[in-house]
Amino acid sequence: MTSSVAARDSLESRTQSGIAPVFDWFLVAAGAAVIGTLVRAMAFTPVELRQGPAQKIFYVHAPSAWVAFLAFGLVAVAGLLYLWLRDLRLDRFAESSAEVGVVFTTVVLITGPLWGRPVWGTWWTWDARLTLTLFLWFVYAGYLVLRGAIDNQEQRARYSAVLGALGALLIPFIHLSVYMFRTLHPQPIVMKPGAPSLPNEMLVTLLMAFASFTLLYVALLRARYRLSEARSALAHQEGGDA
Amino acid sequence: MALSALNAAWLIARKDLTIEFRTRTAFLSALVFALMAIVIFYFSWDPTAIPAGDLAPGVMWVIFTFSGLLGLHRSFGIEQQDRAIDGLLGAPVAREAIYLGKALANLVFVVGIQMVAIPAVALFYNVSVISVAPALAAIALLAAVGLVAVGTLFGSMAVNTRLAELLLPVLSLPFFVPVVVPAAQATAKLLNGRPIAEVDGWLRLLGAFDIVFVTVCMLAFPYTIEE
Repeated sequence: MTSSVAARDSLESRTQSGIAPVFDWFLVAAGAAVIGTLVRAMAFTPVELRQGPAQKIFYVHAPSAWVAFLAFGLVAVAGLLYLWLRDLRLDRFAESSAEVGVVFTTVVLITGPLWGRPVWGTWWTWDARLTLTLFLWFVYAGYLVLRGAIDNQEQRARYSAVLGALGALLIPFIHLSVYMFRTLHPQPIVMKPGAPSLPNEMLVTLLMAFASFTLLYVALLRARYRLSEARSALAHQEGGDA
Repeated sequence: MALSALNAAWLIARKDLTIEFRTRTAFLSALVFALMAIVIFYFSWDPTAIPAGDLAPGVMWVIFTFSGLLGLHRSFGIEQQDRAIDGLLGAPVAREAIYLGKALANLVFVVGIQMVAIPAVALFYNVSVISVAPALAAIALLAAVGLVAVGTLFGSMAVNTRLAELLLPVLSLPFFVPVVVPAAQATAKLLNGRPIAEVDGWLRLLGAFDIVFVTVCMLAFPYTIEE
């Protein structure tokens, strides 16, 4: 208990010293990097022979999926660390990462059907990876609902940490149980033994997309984290729980 | 003097089951719900197009999931009355033992529903379960352990939130997927007369889920009842 009180005090002295500037240069830079990558993907990367222009959505879909998994992985890590160290900053980090992760998962779930329709001939299919992504969305949407349903800051942090860690543990089980349905997804094309099977220009665009989307994740995470610090500091000044 | 953890767990389970046996509120409502759902499901598709036997496994597992939730919520709901949970927390027993006791009582609850609902499905959907009874019982038990392991932990969390029972399904259902999918698939194979060797993979998945989630949820449980 004492450690969490100490954490709150140290936090208070930190947040009251400076108020985050309204204009977020980092976020603007990350947004510019993403737009730059998309321009390159649309105009300066060859069109795929069989799929045509529909394949362009790949440069949004795959990096968003990567960011979503990264974000949820970090929610689990931050949760476990919170249960150990009881530092509320870890909880704010987990909250921010979960929210950004849900946004990117939503992007994956929207771009997936848009791509699947012309290429697979169907909007939705109960393919292993699709289903897994959908359930991830459910788990972390539930995580956000749980956070909204608890007023006490410390209790909210504990419960979210438990759910965040269990959510990560659930992934292999959902994957295994839906894998029995034949998967339509392509096998790994970059991270596999041997040379990547993408032409060089496409590979460069893809790697740029991964980098810029990760940058966008960090920028959004940072912005969201500052928001929850500010919110907590404000609640503290008003004498309540954030 | 501290009780051994298993003894304490048994005492807690017996306490919950005694309360349930004397009031019978949760069990009866879950049971009536299960039977009504079995009947309503029958009218939700065209029986001339899909044979009843093909739908029976899915119906069975959807119903166990939802009627189980009714009992899981009550498990910690009864501890809210007069802050009975404080008595449990003040007792010289390990928190893990409280979890095991609660989970055991919930397991008896879910298995009790299954023991009535499986024969009811067999009757209303005209499928023969007698020839595959031992294998079906094994699947039902393995799956019930998985549902209860996760549900008991989330039940203890949900009851302390503003949304209370509304939150339990939101948290639990994604976690029930790796239980319900193998259980329903394995049940379907068995009812179609396939040999048990064909459901081996599903059974192992259920077993692995049980081992991992019983352990992890037991370890996580003390974090949900700190005061």
